[in-house]
Amino acid sequence: MRSFRFLLAGVGLALSLGTAAASEGPEIPHQHWSHDGFFGTFDRAALQRGYQVYKEVCSACHSMKQMRFRNLEGIGLDEAQIKAVAAEFETTDGPNDDGEMFQRPSRPSDRFRMPFANDNAARAVNGGALPPDLSLIAKNRKGGENYVVALLTGYADPPEGVTVPEGMHYNKVFPGHMIAMNQPIQDDAVTYADGTKATVDQMAHDVATFLAYAASPHLEARNALGVKVMLFLFVLAGLLYAAKRKIWKGLH
Amino acid sequence: MAKYDYVPSPFMSNPIVKWVDHRLPIFEMVDQQLIKYPAPRNLNYWWNFGSLAGVMLVVMILSGIFLAMNYQPSTVAAFDSVERIMRDVNYGWLLRYMHMNGASMFFVVVYIHIARGLYYGSYKAPREILWWLGLLIFLAMMATAFMGYVLPWGQMSFWGATVITNLFSAIPLVGKSIVTWLWGGFSVDNPTLNRFFALHYLLPFVIAGLVLLHLWALHVHGSNNPLGIDAKGPQDKIPFHPYYTVKDAFGLSVFLIIYAYFVFFNPYMLGDPDNWIPANPLVTPPHIVPEWYFLPFYAILRSVPDKLGGVTLMFGAIAILFVLPWLDTSRVRSGRFRPAFRVFFWLFMVVTVTLGWCGSQPPEGMALTIGQICTVLYFLHFLVFLPLLGWFERPLPLPASIAEPVLKSAAK
Amino acid sequence: MAQPGTSTLTTSPGGGRQHEDGTARRDFLYLSATAFGATGAVLTGWAFISSMNPSADVLALSSTEVNLSAMQPGQAITVVWRGKPVFVRYRTPEEIAKAKADDKADLRDPELDSKRVQKSQWLILVGVCTHLGCVPLGQKPTDPHGDFGGWFCPCHGSHYDTSGRIRKGPAPKNLEVPTYTFLNDTTIRIG
Repeated sequence: MRSFRFLLAGVGLALSLGTAAASEGPEIPHQHWSHDGFFGTFDRAALQRGYQVYKEVCSACHSMKQMRFRNLEGIGLDEAQIKAVAAEFETTDGPNDDGEMFQRPSRPSDRFRMPFANDNAARAVNGGALPPDLSLIAKNRKGGENYVVALLTGYADPPEGVTVPEGMHYNKVFPGHMIAMNQPIQDDAVTYADGTKATVDQMAHDVATFLAYAASPHLEARNALGVKVMLFLFVLAGLLYAAKRKIWKGLH
Repeated sequence: MAKYDYVPSPFMSNPIVKWVDHRLPIFEMVDQQLIKYPAPRNLNYWWNFGSLAGVMLVVMILSGIFLAMNYQPSTVAAFDSVERIMRDVNYGWLLRYMHMNGASMFFVVVYIHIARGLYYGSYKAPREILWWLGLLIFLAMMATAFMGYVLPWGQMSFWGATVITNLFSAIPLVGKSIVTWLWGGFSVDNPTLNRFFALHYLLPFVIAGLVLLHLWALHVHGSNNPLGIDAKGPQDKIPFHPYYTVKDAFGLSVFLIIYAYFVFFNPYMLGDPDNWIPANPLVTPPHIVPEWYFLPFYAILRSVPDKLGGVTLMFGAIAILFVLPWLDTSRVRSGRFRPAFRVFFWLFMVVTVTLGWCGSQPPEGMALTIGQICTVLYFLHFLVFLPLLGWFERPLPLPASIAEPVLKSAAK
Repeated sequence: MAQPGTSTLTTSPGGGRQHEDGTARRDFLYLSATAFGATGAVLTGWAFISSMNPSADVLALSSTEVNLSAMQPGQAITVVWRGKPVFVRYRTPEEIAKAKADDKADLRDPELDSKRVQKSQWLILVGVCTHLGCVPLGQKPTDPHGDFGGWFCPCHGSHYDTSGRIRKGPAPKNLEVPTYTFLNDTTIRIG
């Protein structure tokens, strides 16, 4: 058992060093999220506000290729609402009987509208920079949704002696600090239907919640099943431990 | 294996069992090799990891088969098909996270299994072939894990594949042609992904075959044990069932708790965020690291400022394990009776963990220096410390039999 | 405690001693542990098997809209719904009359024509023979229509009438009518 403790200490050391290595660069403060922890669930109101921010601000440049309108079920919309939201957009379909592609209102099974036809079109409009797809941004950036908040609230005047090139902007947490995206949200950039005051912090937190959902739509199902599986395994381990004790009792 | 009086289990007298066994003695094999199989009575919990590894192999094959039903091995579709598994396939996220974290768990278990063998001298005569088969399984696992990591076609998939396949370009004269052959083109691309998928599906079954050989070799002389001495008679052994079935089952349930924690509550911890970005052959991520289980070898590779030298040393780090049974000159198997060996064993453990840390760091400054020191220590352990220890170490007195200390402590 | 010298290989669980009080409890313990483990394995297996059922994206696509405005009486088109052909037929008054007359015929799978259509001129059918899943002929004017003026399955010779009912041959059931709704006079949504 002594050697086991030794090993655990080694693994712990390795892991802490590993995480230390992962967190080079600017510190990303950890926000409070309702979806953190073993019993975490998404805040539906925040998800809906976050979708509004995405739709009214981010979606002008950022695609969300993995999202379909039907996925909005997870932010708390019902079927009729999803149909209505989808119908606000158009999807290219076809070819029709004349061999032509045509536009029709989107359906729940359609993907979110792409702001640009392709990456090159996106670059051409954005001064050579490609706005990244946001479907998985809360998974593919270190810090996840915390990074999203930190980035959106991280715009500042450059420190003394740092010159920001034409078309770039200074950001405290962006790697290299020079980001092509201008500060995307200002206070009251959107008007929330539920009357929440649309401060930059509020909007950043809301849209980050929505992006966290988009990256892990099964988080709630995962947590719910996980808790059950854990309980089951603890009981199973207890039973097997008792059985093991019983069977081995006569041996030593 | 010491001959023992085989008393068949009650089910062996069932007429159907008898009918089958007369034609194919499969029940007899199960009864003799799994149920009544005599195992040393003193195996500790470190001996659980062999069966745990077997369970992980089954979990990986099963989850992998169901993932393969939904995966599309093409550079255009791979990333999206994995996302479809995660989002739309019923329980797809569960399958994926079981498989993804299962790879890490498999390596944890196998590394502990190997470390146990190193500590208790399980590689020594007459178990050299058993040890070799284990190493072959380890190599096949590494190949499988590497190719599996390429399949989601994220940034780390692509660049990991590029970097690792380029290792072969270090081979003089034919290196370049070998790499082109591996790729089926002039870069990692669709043909590479396709063949990696085919091989990733094939290799686990090769591993399963090797595991059978590994078990066969194991059952010839039976398990080693914490004392490292051979069984003297039936009083040293107990039937595998129920003693070790229940002990393995209990160990498995504890292991599953840890595994389930990662699958359900922390599925991204062991992965790299960059692999959730679709592969882009034009942009290398700033900091390429392999999965954690390759880090020690990666550190050895980078500690040599010469391409061929680094590659040779990295492969040598595994190759040297094949001759370990002859490098360790001590006649005592178990580290329990080798006080000096124990010191070097734990030093070696620290060295490998430190190498792992170095592998996760950018190859510069302190991390590089420490990595170089540890690389030297890694090889010194096998080439100098172990051979000399056999000569100079004075082992503690060995007990007369396995049963002796057990019964003594029971008598107290 | 095993006695030295006796073969421990034949030792039964619990050290070979019969505990008068312990046996039942022990059996219950082993039984519940085994049952628990087996349940866990089965539930996990169920999750695996269920991954082979239609996924969310497949289910979401399960409706198809068809524009009927360009069709002429007597014309038939085939559209794809859930990966299967769906026959949309603009029936002529003669075909409708024939279908209604056949209501009184000796039917293998008795069903009134009026129950099989929403508007009598529009016959919507899943174009899959109920025998073994081939696609019957009869959509094009030049196709064989079978002995009853509807469809004929070339695989094993099933004949369907102008209401898509099975009249002759090995198929057991009428051609299936999918669920569909008229969005307006000239558009239907199947599914």
